Amino acid sequence: MMKAQELADQAQSLWPLDVESCVDASSGIVELCCKREQVPHLCDWLFNHQAYLFAGLIVEENTSRWDLFYLFVGQGKGGCVRVRTSAALEERQFQSVSVPVHAADWHEREAEDLFGLVFEGHPRLGDFILHDDTWQEGVEPMRNNFDPAAALSNRQPRENACPRRIVDVPGAFVMPIGPVFSGTAESVHFQLETVGEEVLRAFPRLFFKYRGVEKRAEGCSVDQALLLAERFAGTTAFAHAFAFAMAIEQISDREVPERAQVLRIFVAELERLRSHLSTIEGICASTGLAVAANQTAILEEEALRLSGSLTGHRYLFGLVIPGGLSRDCDNQACRQSVIKARDILQRLDGIDKLLINTSSFLDRIEEVGVITQEQAHSHGLVGPVARGSGCCSDLRRLQPYGGYDTFDFETPCEVEGDGYARLRILFAEAKQSVRIMEQALERLPAGPVFLAGEAAPGVVPVGVETPRGATWHWLRMDEERKLTRYRLITPSFTNWHGFHLAAENFAFQDFPIILATFGLSVAENDR
Amino acid sequence: MSRWVLKGLQTGIVTTRYPGGEEGAPGISPGIPQDMVCSGSHAEALALRCPTAALQREKDQISVLRERCVHCYRCARGITKPIQWERGFEWARIRSDAAVFPKAFQQSLHIRVIDAGDCGACLHEVKLMNNPFYNMHRLGFFITPTPRKADILLVVGPVTDHMKRAMLKAYEAMPEPRRVMAVGACALSGGVFGPGFVTGSGVGDVLSVDLVIPGCPPPPLAILHGLLTITGRKMALQDDKPAVPGGGT
Repeated sequence: MMKAQELADQAQSLWPLDVESCVDASSGIVELCCKREQVPHLCDWLFNHQAYLFAGLIVEENTSRWDLFYLFVGQGKGGCVRVRTSAALEERQFQSVSVPVHAADWHEREAEDLFGLVFEGHPRLGDFILHDDTWQEGVEPMRNNFDPAAALSNRQPRENACPRRIVDVPGAFVMPIGPVFSGTAESVHFQLETVGEEVLRAFPRLFFKYRGVEKRAEGCSVDQALLLAERFAGTTAFAHAFAFAMAIEQISDREVPERAQVLRIFVAELERLRSHLSTIEGICASTGLAVAANQTAILEEEALRLSGSLTGHRYLFGLVIPGGLSRDCDNQACRQSVIKARDILQRLDGIDKLLINTSSFLDRIEEVGVITQEQAHSHGLVGPVARGSGCCSDLRRLQPYGGYDTFDFETPCEVEGDGYARLRILFAEAKQSVRIMEQALERLPAGPVFLAGEAAPGVVPVGVETPRGATWHWLRMDEERKLTRYRLITPSFTNWHGFHLAAENFAFQDFPIILATFGLSVAENDR
Repeated sequence: MSRWVLKGLQTGIVTTRYPGGEEGAPGISPGIPQDMVCSGSHAEALALRCPTAALQREKDQISVLRERCVHCYRCARGITKPIQWERGFEWARIRSDAAVFPKAFQQSLHIRVIDAGDCGACLHEVKLMNNPFYNMHRLGFFITPTPRKADILLVVGPVTDHMKRAMLKAYEAMPEPRRVMAVGACALSGGVFGPGFVTGSGVGDVLSVDLVIPGCPPPPLAILHGLLTITGRKMALQDDKPAVPGGGT
């Protein structure tokens, strides 16, 4: 893996006429500007030859032109690279990169649906975020001149619009599930094509919960947008608010007091512990192991109450603000929290030991829902799902933020890629989270937790390792201190894209278990 | 398998004493601001800090619209003379006397949950009502996977355009008598997401709501309190009106 400047030079020498490269001095991000035709070649080179991970596609509509940014993250000390291409607003044709970089597939579909861009060579565009059975064609809500009133008054939905069937063998049928299903499942629709026993093709149809968060954020002040950042995915609220606050701080060059920095990491790891407990509970419940599910549910509720008594809110809402935290957590409360977290961890370990000796449980998750390392890489999967398949990316290490580089912790990694590997990752990461909390407590300095400051215009991408994996918040602020673009690339969006790989070719009754081992959030995906 | 049974027995009972007794464990509720009297200029400053217009100012009186509160704590933190917050959870209100179920439903009520675009937190709290701490089954409340057996439709989220049809279909499939409960700030007022071009301003836009539970998200005990209210097992309180007696606790 080469350093930023070397990479920029090499790209320049490979395409001397077509690529302009520069390195952003403050952030260290390499920017490679090229013509539209060159984008697939550059992305192919970065992704398949330089082993850069694809983070996401960001589309911006400026006054006279389109700007497309393809964001990549290097492994090791590679840093961030963004490939940039521009075109006049009348031009809507871009080259699809999703053949060489399959991870870009859904990003292009989203841009097609919300901006009306066309990606030549993409195998499947159309009905994605805006459902055809609710919306007419030609609605492009992310465009600057979008008129919601006109779009709403012209409803011409296609009745019974439904995704294409692919399996064409005698006896094949479609099993529809959702969007309202099970007891308290999030709203998502599945079409499972089957010949009776095995799921041959799993097609999740998402965005039933599309709330247009990115559009709503445009024109918002920092205070207003903070609420959206924090509450579009309530179960990982802290991580996303953390990312948003860091983005504002980086743009405005604001300082965060040291105590607030350490406390942020402390609370972020508490959230990771709680989120993993919730996923483990889901896995136990999906296999019908009632005692294990209830035992983990007890731990999860205790972690929620711990969050509530430490910060005031069970889901950690309202804690992070740009410049620090909205309230202090006193040292004694933090010490009590670590003691409680250790206690939770110890009892979780007891459950782990019982689980690995329960053959009826292991039979349901071992060698079930397998994702190979190649698949995890090509789909750009993140978080515990990727780490269960041998892709050990962790933004806390790749792009250390908020002071994580000074903490001593491990990133657990497994290679089997089955449900059991993902479960082991969750157990191991819960341990590491408590380890980080202990270190944070030891070094907790005295002092304020908030420094006031002014916002400044600018643009920045910030990456945070949420409990479900890497998220990227791309934020642009104008001279009037209003957001003009807020792009949310979330781990659930990334991992839902690869979910069908795990579900296909397994039996019907494995489906809910595979779903549980992924630990996905629909709200985080739908935004 | 026997080791699991042993493990379960060793854990003992963790279930809350509520509603038979008090529940005051730390961290069970995010709290909610209380009405306050203060100087006019301070009241104005407080009202301006509230991003969802939950604080209504009239001269030197601040009154709290609980249905709009999203627990952002901006009226409680980073300000001199903050608003006092109460730590309770009995926030459920019914919209009319007729909302309370007939007596036959007191011991068994089936709930169909609809996720109409929530952020995941409200839905999670609803799910937690089944955990050993809250164990709603002991009170005769059951979550059912089919609307055809449901007595009450529990809606979370601001009701997105894509979910409107599914929600209405579920409601239409329910037998009479049926009730609708709106759980959380989004379902009550759209919260931080609505109204917008793809979301409404809550369930009230589409269906007539009988029971409202404020909070962002309302803790499990607040939702339990609502269910006890609408079955007449707790004193039912109406929106901004004096208490009306329910069927006895």
